[in-house]
Amino acid sequence: MSVGVEHYLVLSAILFVIGMFGALTKQNSVVILMCIELMLNAANIVLVAFSRFLVPGTVLIDGHVFVIFVMVVAAAEAAVGLAIIMALYRTRKTSDATEINLMKG
Amino acid sequence: MAVDIAFWILAAIAVVSAVAVVTLRDVFRAAIFLILCFFTTAGIFVTLNADFLAAMQVLVYIGAVAILLIFAILFTRDVQQGNPSNKLKVPAAIVGVVLLGVMVSSAVTFGWPESVYLPELADTADIGQRLFSENGYVVPVQIAGLMLLAAAIGAIVLMREK
Repeated sequence: MSVGVEHYLVLSAILFVIGMFGALTKQNSVVILMCIELMLNAANIVLVAFSRFLVPGTVLIDGHVFVIFVMVVAAAEAAVGLAIIMALYRTRKTSDATEINLMKG
Repeated sequence: MAVDIAFWILAAIAVVSAVAVVTLRDVFRAAIFLILCFFTTAGIFVTLNADFLAAMQVLVYIGAVAILLIFAILFTRDVQQGNPSNKLKVPAAIVGVVLLGVMVSSAVTFGWPESVYLPELADTADIGQRLFSENGYVVPVQIAGLMLLAAAIGAIVLMREK
């Protein structure tokens, strides 16, 4: 059986669920950011797979364009998120997301 | 077919390294496996005829995002604490399995159009023309640039010593 679009969709679903599980369960906020990057990667795989397979014979370029925008957002998110984590670490001496609960009701 | 074999190898490595990111106790090793997962994703882009995106994946994700993450780990790491989980493990696993089942079943049962023969290669010129053509993505490109600038300034302001 040759590899089709559903193989890529299943692979992306597996990667997305692994990333979601990590983002929900991990305590270290850097690891939570890493898992969010995993989820963004899974979404990128789906976008590229659809742009390759959806119209037979051609490549839909819009999927590639969206992947570029997702990469831009991921880079900005990583920069700001890590800056927040470092600022929190400097004041609270921890990067544990369960201990950063100042605004918890 | 060579592309099929490459896909299966890359998919296996990607899933294993993603599981390692979530399960490993050492945060630094988890980051190394995250880089491996990014590399295999670049390979999967190559199997999908997206050469430019594969190069961008290596440059942006591995060259910038992963290095930033490793710097943050080196600055904030607690060696004794490791990489523990919180109390949500069982509910998150249930939600994940249900979500995976829904996504896999819908992806497999839907009748996607078959495209067995290789499409023409989409190169960088095509992407650039799509980005900057009439009714293309000119305004989103400008907004993305502004957002990167705002993110850079915001990161500097957040990290500045008082």
